[in-house]
Amino acid sequence: MSSLQPYAGKLERTWFYTYRTICAAIFVFLIAPIFVIFPLSFNELPYFTFTPEMLSLDPAGYSTKWYAEFFTEQSWRDAVANSFFIAIFATLMSTTVGTVAALGLSSPAMPFRSAVMAILISPMIVPLIISAAGMFFFYSRIGLASTHLGVILAHAALGTPFVVITVTATLVGFDHSLTRAAASLGSNPTRTFFKVIVPLILPGVISGALFAFITSFDEVVVVLFVGSVEQRTIPWKMFSGIREEIRPTILAVATLLVLISMLLLTMLELLRRRNERLRGLSPG
Amino acid sequence: MPSRLHNFLKRRKKTLAQTEAIDDGTMRTADGMPLKLALERALFRSRLRAVLLVLPLFAFLVITFVLPIFDMLFRSVEDQVIAEILPRTVVEIEAWDETSGVLPGEAVFEAIVKDMAEGKENKTLGKVARRLNYEISGMASLFRKSGRKAGKIEAPYKEQLLKIDKRWNNLELWKLIKREKGYFTASYFLAAADMEYKPDGGIGMRPENRQIYQHLFVRTLWLSGLITLLCLVLAYPVSYLLATLPLRSGNLLMILVLLPFWTSLLVRTTSWIALLQSQGVINSILVGIGIIDDDSRLQLIHNQFGTIVAMTHILLPFMILPLYSVMKTIPPSYMRAARSLGATPFTAFVRIYMPNTVAGAGAGGILVFILAIGYYITPALVGGRTGTLISNFIASFISGSTQNWGLAAALGMMLLAIVLVFYFLYDKIVGIDNMKLG
Repeated sequence: MSSLQPYAGKLERTWFYTYRTICAAIFVFLIAPIFVIFPLSFNELPYFTFTPEMLSLDPAGYSTKWYAEFFTEQSWRDAVANSFFIAIFATLMSTTVGTVAALGLSSPAMPFRSAVMAILISPMIVPLIISAAGMFFFYSRIGLASTHLGVILAHAALGTPFVVITVTATLVGFDHSLTRAAASLGSNPTRTFFKVIVPLILPGVISGALFAFITSFDEVVVVLFVGSVEQRTIPWKMFSGIREEIRPTILAVATLLVLISMLLLTMLELLRRRNERLRGLSPG
Repeated sequence: MPSRLHNFLKRRKKTLAQTEAIDDGTMRTADGMPLKLALERALFRSRLRAVLLVLPLFAFLVITFVLPIFDMLFRSVEDQVIAEILPRTVVEIEAWDETSGVLPGEAVFEAIVKDMAEGKENKTLGKVARRLNYEISGMASLFRKSGRKAGKIEAPYKEQLLKIDKRWNNLELWKLIKREKGYFTASYFLAAADMEYKPDGGIGMRPENRQIYQHLFVRTLWLSGLITLLCLVLAYPVSYLLATLPLRSGNLLMILVLLPFWTSLLVRTTSWIALLQSQGVINSILVGIGIIDDDSRLQLIHNQFGTIVAMTHILLPFMILPLYSVMKTIPPSYMRAARSLGATPFTAFVRIYMPNTVAGAGAGGILVFILAIGYYITPALVGGRTGTLISNFIASFISGSTQNWGLAAALGMMLLAIVLVFYFLYDKIVGIDNMKLG
């Protein structure tokens, strides 16, 4: 199916092109909605739609004022600061405990491995609305609701499964004779950890950290429940913006967020290649 | 663990002492310990190390995540308001026989008047009024009205209270107070299952027109199932293409799947609003090429259609990725073998290729289904009235105008139970260890 053989019959030829068209249509469905917001974010008028001026490519129909609004308005700036602050600390927390736990989980000596794993992965599986509601109830009791710390802890909890999964996946191909070799050459466990283990699992750790970061950075349900206006993040602003008054500022923000996702995607791809190279696989 | 360690150390001391005394020919390590013991010790140590490494995350998640879930479970059955704010009444009402068909006596009325006066003073009366209003509508206004006058009511209390409001005549109210005076209640779960206490004290279904949540659960499951199916139908050809293309072009096309996967949920929902709204891109194109009139624009959003389209788009990568990784492992020679044995391309595909992809379709299907039944943001923004899911009701009972945390918690627990069943299935079919990302 990947390519058309020269001896293919008429029916096969027709099916081949039909199939390719179907796939192309699905790819358009996947990707077009993301790119449609790019031109719309440069709309001169406060609508979510293409104006006649825009369609006739009249420069007067376009403007960057929504970007200007995003960069100058205080509430958006606060949201950006909050988003980064919360995401960075949540990532640091979940990456540290997640990586350490993954080292333990990969050990063949770990008792009740699959049961423990099921619990550690559960924040990813339990619907966000339930996690958010439970955290709202519980954090209110212990005074963590409406605090930055509360939101950071909540996001760190949501991010840990990703770290655990990516780091254990890296450790699957880990050659344990390397640590024994280090030990036989006189290295103590700490030195072995930092000089041998860390460089090898680093791609997994970083991609887990990126997952944790994006989980926190995109997360809105938990912030809505556990946080208050003080902890307002970018997704929170977008959510309330869409509900209350729709302004193309949201589209401008969305465009910038897509650019950030592209950056993250590139980084992950580079990491994946490095990881496969280190493990002796051909880069795919 | 500590006792095991202790025993072990004791045993070790004994063995070392014995070593010097006798040599019974058992295999020993260089320092004279029996090999079996040394091995046991090494295993114990590595087990301990593994547990100690996992422990911080485990403790962290228990505090930040597991306890909140248990708190929610607790809230769904906890019911202290009535006992706390109407303390005298719950004591007095104990003696009343709810099957007698007559109102409680003067003592109970005196108790409730005093409780209301105190509640009014402590500003706690509103809580109990709201609690009772969950079960019988109108109770909030009854308590507010009577509470204002409670301080001035003199004996005979029963007569006076009935004069203020006839609704105190309602036997159901007194039955309710007697039934719910304990610290725990089943009424939230009953309400979440569209059930109620019948006048005879038994439990039964609510009248047809007041059954809300069953329909909602059915709608949530049905929409999630439909979205899962749509995702499977869309993901299958694309995954097949990605898996069979040469590595280079396959990876290039993979970006088209990964970019949406990495793009913020809100961005993608926003895009669908821009596309689907009545002045949006799709309607404008249809008007522009003359398929529909300007004044008969299609309602594509704020209904079920909007939810289905947007959620299918958002969840599609979760189906493509597992399908792709399974298809990648199917050797192309299988299909060639089938063809060479005389199968038509269609037969070869259906009989040979598809059965090999069942694992991937199952993994992706359960994953998408689990994610879909808990979705909140997208249905809240594009779902309107007919496209909202159970999550939206839970949210509105927590922070909306109709606050009822107990009911929200009960609905949440029922949703969680459904999700856990599928999580268990996922674990059995796919194994959590095999979950792959990106």
